[in-house]
Amino acid sequence: MSRMELWAVILGGMLVTYVTRLSIVLIGSDRLPARLRAALRFVPPAVLSALIVPALVRPEGSLDFSFENTVLVAGILAGLVAWRTRNPWLTIASGLAARAALLLML
Amino acid sequence: MVAPMSRRAFLSGMRAQLPLLLGVVPFGVIFGALAVSEGIPPWEAQALSLFVFAGSAQFIAVGLIAGGTPPAVVVLTILVVNLRHLLYSAAMAPRWQALPRRWRAMLAWLLTDEAFAVGSLEYARRTSHSPHAFFLGTGMALWMAWQASTAAGIFLGARIPASWGLEFALPLTFLAMLFPLLEDRWQVVAAVVAGALSPLLAELPYGLGLLLAILAGIVAAMGIESQSARRRAT
Repeated sequence: MSRMELWAVILGGMLVTYVTRLSIVLIGSDRLPARLRAALRFVPPAVLSALIVPALVRPEGSLDFSFENTVLVAGILAGLVAWRTRNPWLTIASGLAARAALLLML
Repeated sequence: MVAPMSRRAFLSGMRAQLPLLLGVVPFGVIFGALAVSEGIPPWEAQALSLFVFAGSAQFIAVGLIAGGTPPAVVVLTILVVNLRHLLYSAAMAPRWQALPRRWRAMLAWLLTDEAFAVGSLEYARRTSHSPHAFFLGTGMALWMAWQASTAAGIFLGARIPASWGLEFALPLTFLAMLFPLLEDRWQVVAAVVAGALSPLLAELPYGLGLLLAILAGIVAAMGIESQSARRRAT
């Protein structure tokens, strides 16, 4: 991405973020349509999961479910740690450590 | 109208944010380090924190930029990720209704997850003279800590060799964020559907597969939730 495009992302990202924070405060109503409220609850899990899975199963740009895919193996382990402990630091540390160990082994 | 500013309330707002900073500062450091290791120049990495000021959206933007996603799609994704701020905006609207426009503009700038969490509590409990000044203090503390920790991360990241494979910290960070926020099985449905479709749609042009997968996850979860609500009602 060129420097110009990068600044387009920064300024565009600033604008859309500020608009979502300011919008209803300026309108001055505390009512959101019930369906929108229900949908918003699903945004964060859908977004995060849609980012995680491709990063793990296609680290080099094509689907790779083999054991040589260290990112996937370490990612599954970190996922188990995240699920059991819900501790962000333990999750990140265990994933990085598992991947380092796998790279040493292979 | 009562003057919204109070020095003491501002300072106690700053203090109330301190425990949360323990969790925020390391993320800021990781963000700065990741951004430069993914090839974003130091000033632009800091500018993301200065101007966008939205932790998870910034991480996601870095991943998309590194993947060569077109700028318009990155901005669109930032919008989708930050739509949850509409909930915060709606919660704060009646509390800030009587404030001058300048104050509302300023407080809304600081309306992040962490400021919302600490600030809402103060509006409910009223431990200070001015909850608005308290919110301003709490938001400013977070903003400053986010800038400083990003800068520290940029400094560190420029010194970490590429062979360490720091990029893997990005999906790990997302994993660390995902699990604590799964509160009910409908949210799990949203995550599973979006996660299953996303790698299959990854070949679509302009990075639109990501947005489609997210949309499918949300629609599937809403559909199943409303269906089971109907079944319970009959």
